[in-house]
Amino acid sequence: MKFAHASSLTFTVNGTVHSLDVATHHNLLDVLRDVLELTGTKECCVEGECGACTVLVDGRSVNSCLMLAVEADGREITTVEGLASEGRLSPLQEAFLDEGAVQCGFCIPGQLMSAQELLAKNPHPTVDEVRDGLVGNLCRCAGYQQITAAVLAVAEAADR
Amino acid sequence: MSAEGVGASPRRVGGYGRVTGHQEYLADIRMADVLHVKLITLDCARAQLISIDTTAAEQVPGVRLVMTAADLPQPVPRFGPQFQDRPVLAVGETKYHGEPVAAVAAETKDAAELAVELVEVEHEVLSGGVFSMAGALDPASPLVQDPELRPNDPLAETNVLREHRFGWGDVDAEVADLVVENTYEFPMVTHFTIEPHGFMAAPDGDGIAVWSTIQHPYLLQKMIAKILGLPLVKVRVFAPDTGGAFGGKQNPKLEPLMAFMALRTGRPVRLILTLEETFQAVRRSSAEIHVRTGFLEDGTMAFQDIEADFLIGAYVDIADRVVSKSSYLACGPYRLPAARILARAILSHTTPSTAFRGFGIPQLTWAREANIDEGAHALGIDPLELRLRNLARHGEAFIPGDTPADGDWAQTIHKAAGLIEWATPVPPGRGRGLAVGLKSGPTSGLSYSTVRLLADGSGLVYAGTSDMGQGARTIFAQIVSAELGTPLDRISVVMGDTAAVPYDQQTSASRSSVFMGTAILRACRDIQAQLRTMASRLHGIDESEIIVESGVVRLPDRELTILDVLQAGLGRLGGELIGNGEMRKDVDPDHPLGGTAAFFEFNCTATEVEVDRETGETIVHRYVTVGDVGRALNPMQVVGQDEGAAIMGLGHTLMEHIILDESGRIMNLGAIDYRIPTSKDLPLELLSESVENADGPGPYGIKGVSEASLLCTAPAVAAAVTDATGLVIRDLPLTPERVWRAMMEQR
Repeated sequence: MKFAHASSLTFTVNGTVHSLDVATHHNLLDVLRDVLELTGTKECCVEGECGACTVLVDGRSVNSCLMLAVEADGREITTVEGLASEGRLSPLQEAFLDEGAVQCGFCIPGQLMSAQELLAKNPHPTVDEVRDGLVGNLCRCAGYQQITAAVLAVAEAADR
Repeated sequence: MSAEGVGASPRRVGGYGRVTGHQEYLADIRMADVLHVKLITLDCARAQLISIDTTAAEQVPGVRLVMTAADLPQPVPRFGPQFQDRPVLAVGETKYHGEPVAAVAAETKDAAELAVELVEVEHEVLSGGVFSMAGALDPASPLVQDPELRPNDPLAETNVLREHRFGWGDVDAEVADLVVENTYEFPMVTHFTIEPHGFMAAPDGDGIAVWSTIQHPYLLQKMIAKILGLPLVKVRVFAPDTGGAFGGKQNPKLEPLMAFMALRTGRPVRLILTLEETFQAVRRSSAEIHVRTGFLEDGTMAFQDIEADFLIGAYVDIADRVVSKSSYLACGPYRLPAARILARAILSHTTPSTAFRGFGIPQLTWAREANIDEGAHALGIDPLELRLRNLARHGEAFIPGDTPADGDWAQTIHKAAGLIEWATPVPPGRGRGLAVGLKSGPTSGLSYSTVRLLADGSGLVYAGTSDMGQGARTIFAQIVSAELGTPLDRISVVMGDTAAVPYDQQTSASRSSVFMGTAILRACRDIQAQLRTMASRLHGIDESEIIVESGVVRLPDRELTILDVLQAGLGRLGGELIGNGEMRKDVDPDHPLGGTAAFFEFNCTATEVEVDRETGETIVHRYVTVGDVGRALNPMQVVGQDEGAAIMGLGHTLMEHIILDESGRIMNLGAIDYRIPTSKDLPLELLSESVENADGPGPYGIKGVSEASLLCTAPAVAAAVTDATGLVIRDLPLTPERVWRAMMEQR
């Protein structure tokens, strides 16, 4: 089990296509962090409870610790490193900074990815919908009110 | 007020990296040629180690080292911030669930994980492990610590590590109309930083480099130097910004093991704990606290008599200091003719307990404030009125020989009472509660800073503080900006490298804005003095006629920018101005704690709750926290700390507790079974406000702010639960099950 076979994997990460051999037992989080060196995605509980490792898989937020890397074959992955484009922060990234949503910062990549999906599916969420949407992302600094405010600020700005 | 200086809320310094994923936390650091380390532990708390067979593990391809205690210097080195009691690896016996007995270093994580399974640890699970207060105090129970480690200690043949006695007046001579006494319990809880602890070490020439998720890099440097017999200069500690710490990352744990493994293999080694291993590394002390308060008929408090037992872990870490420092302040902010406090630190076969936001005060505040509420109820006096009646006034020496009350604390209480609308009728089905918390800041400390004003006017700040989310980098940059007029985006704050940054004693007790902030302020003032000398030389004006402040140099007849003076003064060679600052509060050997409080953190929390009669769930409708912060140097960060601490307090109040089985194993090990507040566990309305009278000892009148709002969360919520239901529950957390059971019994 520990020395499982390698399997080939072709997937797109933040717009770049990667083809590599991965151990079949390695999860997507391992491959992102250890192979592609995209360390913005964080590791904490590794059982799908904390949300620190959240990435988008074909636009859906996923705990990358619970997904085998080989399952990502043919899919499009977005990590926190893919949110800013050409050095310009995304509206959510800007709002997180403006609202004071970032404290220690360790949960923030996961929060941003969940928020990204939330707004894509529901551009005008209520406070409760934001709290529901981010319930899988733990923040021990507990900037939940500031994170919620940041998501709502982006939704509001999009209306203008 | 500028958008970046004192009283402004600019974007967090370091925020950009945190939203883009580029912030490098310890686990993100790549190192060539690194070996991956995994720990070998036993699935029980107390066991005798008979033998460890590493043969099969060593044969796993890629394994470079399986280290056991036998591979360490003998006797196995022990270390700790208070007592030298924690061995580098377990010696002879494991004393808590998860104590490492060996470690594997391998070329890959997979190889290390496989090898861990193949290390055969022959052991015998020992009965009689001490997992509770009663067990620890039972004379038939085994001793957690070998008495040989406690020479000349009269308590060495018991599980009581230390007894602390404080107080004043004569409790027994005081006359009271009513005495209320009860015992209150506080559970074991864990820090649950989202970033698990991590460590690396590597040979560094004829010395060693150590990376750690540590709050006190200079303490780690000192300990490693001592254990390895190296001069300080040969031990370089890197302390990257942590992903949360809350006290749990103050003191060294596995770094000495990592240093030995690096030296043994001659390679860099890396150990990132799992969340489960992190749970097994740190926790908050549980406590059983007996409070006896004497009241006069009009609500005046005549005395308090408090006995506080803290169940600390198998090794002391800083837990005994937690017990003494918090118990000293057990009676809180009240004026009392007499107080008697007996606190005991009691060893057990459990996770070593350590500093955790509030440093023992949440436990004592829970007991004291709940007891006072019971007194108010019995006397028929409004609990708000009763507190105000006994509250120390600004400047009043409420603890003989210590710092007098350093704030208008009644103002804080009135503000909280106003926000919860205390004077209005409580809506049907709900209850309100209110409590106050008081914690001393540091009793001593030492911080140095160097500030460099570079030739183009940009600034470099060196501070040995750890930024663990509290926002120290931002605060420090704001101070420099306020003093030298440099915009924040032209200031860098260098931290986390003992070879680059001057000494700082520690990052704890909400001290950094006050202590390091003062050192930085003084370094800036040093630079201002040099600019004054420069301007005097350049313009032929006496220094006494020149004022340098907030980015400008004022001459009698005109005003120049600092940059103008700097560049003219530095001349063709360029260069820079270097300012140094120091903040020192010396140890007072005659004080029971080694020093008076540098400042107090005072908070009043008020809540309005509803209790679901069917499920026992407590719904917090409104939650108000007001802190006396002196001055909010960065209001956004103050609110972040204040709300964050309040929500953390709601965790230990309503949901969090470590559950042990009969053999001392942690049953709820990990994120699925140990629940912390999520975005859906917030009060329906959460208000955080500050009182600002600029009466703190830090720059511009600030005080520390990072702990106050979790000190009295539990009694404020519990009082509201009592108000709503008539139930008095003296044990935390107030889980739906516990409240529901109490309601069933009430019927």
